Amino acid sequence: MTDTATNTAAAPASPSRWKDVWRQYKHHKGAFYGGIFLLFITLFVMVGPYIWTLEFDKLDIRAKDMRPIYTALWDSDAKVGWNHPLGTDNLGRDLLAQLMQGGRASMAVGWTAMVLALLIGTLVGVLAGFFKALDGILMRFTDLVLSLPILPLLLVAVTLFRERLLSVFSPETGMFILIVAIIGVTSWMQTARIVRGDVLALKEREFVLAARSVGTSPYKIITQHLLPNVLSPIMVSATLGLATAIITESALSFLGVGFPSDFPTWGKLLSDAVPRMTEYPERVMLPGIAISMTVLAVNYMGDGLRDALDPRIRGR
Amino acid sequence: MLTYTIRRLLVAIPTLLFISLVIFLLLQLAPGDPMAQVPLTVPPEVKQKMREALGLGQPIHVQYWKWLVQFFWIEPQVMIDYFFGTGLAEGKLRVISWQTRSPVMDIVVQRIPQTLWVVGTAYIVGILIALPIGIYSAYKQYSVFDQAGTFVSMVGFSIPPFFSGVLVIVIFSVNMPRESFFWFPSIYDTTLVVDSWASFGQQVRQMVLPVMVLALQITAQLSRYMRASMLDNLNQDYVRTARAKGLSESIVVMVHVLRNSMIPVVTVIALGVPAIFGGAIITEQVFKVNGIGQLLITALFANDLPMVMTLTFIFAILIVVFNLIADVLYGILDPRIRYD
Repeated sequence: MTDTATNTAAAPASPSRWKDVWRQYKHHKGAFYGGIFLLFITLFVMVGPYIWTLEFDKLDIRAKDMRPIYTALWDSDAKVGWNHPLGTDNLGRDLLAQLMQGGRASMAVGWTAMVLALLIGTLVGVLAGFFKALDGILMRFTDLVLSLPILPLLLVAVTLFRERLLSVFSPETGMFILIVAIIGVTSWMQTARIVRGDVLALKEREFVLAARSVGTSPYKIITQHLLPNVLSPIMVSATLGLATAIITESALSFLGVGFPSDFPTWGKLLSDAVPRMTEYPERVMLPGIAISMTVLAVNYMGDGLRDALDPRIRGR
Repeated sequence: MLTYTIRRLLVAIPTLLFISLVIFLLLQLAPGDPMAQVPLTVPPEVKQKMREALGLGQPIHVQYWKWLVQFFWIEPQVMIDYFFGTGLAEGKLRVISWQTRSPVMDIVVQRIPQTLWVVGTAYIVGILIALPIGIYSAYKQYSVFDQAGTFVSMVGFSIPPFFSGVLVIVIFSVNMPRESFFWFPSIYDTTLVVDSWASFGQQVRQMVLPVMVLALQITAQLSRYMRASMLDNLNQDYVRTARAKGLSESIVVMVHVLRNSMIPVVTVIALGVPAIFGGAIITEQVFKVNGIGQLLITALFANDLPMVMTLTFIFAILIVVFNLIADVLYGILDPRIRYD
């Protein structure tokens, strides 16, 4: 039993382990449906605009302030129509198309920022764990960054650098780079700490010693032996990172420091709809539900993944 | 323990200095000009003089040094003057806001009570709800209550405050009939003077919605921690011993297990305080509470750098101080932890 356990830990890429993880993962109801929902919402924002071909920024002032089609169920006088199934905003832009476009932006920001944070976090964590000389300084640095007030600094940075970046790139690209970079460089610390801890424990194990004794270079040891073994904590913090990145982007848009006003994201759609939410509650609800459901799905996936990858903490 | 605390306090000083330097350098890159609002008829050389009067012409390290002196040396003196009626800070230059041309700390002191009221109440309410939920979920692991609690805390985790805030406004303030008991105001009225039971009731009512939004998030996180911590302890040997001695179930759980489970939870509570202040920025914006979070946002948009600098630094102080408190508390509460 111990023998197999060591073997699987040393070679996690073996198909049987991933099959086991997948079986455990499927067993976790919330994680399973969370995964399905994330797939669905990704398809919705990726493929949706090719099916629902109406442009998100097309103004149709005659059809402004339309209600979603389901409003007709209880209010027969409502201004509804199949040409705009989720209604339109005060300029006649189609809400369904905007939701798809906004989802694209939110998901793109979320994924890229998460990948960036993971890269930085893994790099710092592996370096600190593997090279003793770097450990002290890198971890002190991590502690310092952890004690920075993130949200105020995010707000400061976005307001300050906006003008400069927008003059170099187009408004959307500039803002995208800025937001992704800022979320990425402020959310890598947890990953770094976890990875460092795991690497510290792993590098004392026999298989690393064996690799070292046959003269494997540190780079090879890290990429071939250590990284595959810290993959599971990285994957779990990836899900958490995705959820936080989506929420942070929406929060920035909500506070009015996000993307330019003609570029919809879920947070932006929500905050734009707040002043008239008494008459048109659906314009607040639909983007809000989209954000919350996506984040909920991702959180559940993280939960299920953690349970599946680490049997000891199952059910916590 | 005392040496550890002193050592940590000493380490906190360079940390805070470094953070203040980071914030300061970041703000130095700001493109804004505090004279942008001054009428165009004012000649440029006068504008230049006005800028210099704000201390802008000097080199960066001089500006940074002056801010440090003002914040760490003069402001405490002002505080001592205020409490003891002395005249230490008379005639000395304080951190001045570019928006109002009045000392930043005066405005911050005006705004802090609102934030403290809302955030503090929410934190206490959140803790009071979270702990029993966590305890009971762990005790009845995998029961219906536990499953429901897990789901609710997952949802509380996932709904961002700007959506839950808007949601409760739609429910309790827009769609609720005005005369109903469950109607609550969506805007926090800071000018309300509490001097009678009626106005106290009004104060409570206007705090309900922001507190509800903040408390939902706190509850979601804390109840998970409480549950995990209880689960860690429930299967320990000393619990079996306590039961074998014939102690009643309530004493076993509420005294033996709870006391040990509270150790990590208390530190989590301490660690969460600064995060709540940060998160309150959004909640304050939603409910128009004019606390320090809202002050930060308006200062940012108005390019009021001294105000932004001071507020961000106050948030940083909160984080460092509460990290310290959490570590020290952990050492005090758990005799197994030895820092020395």
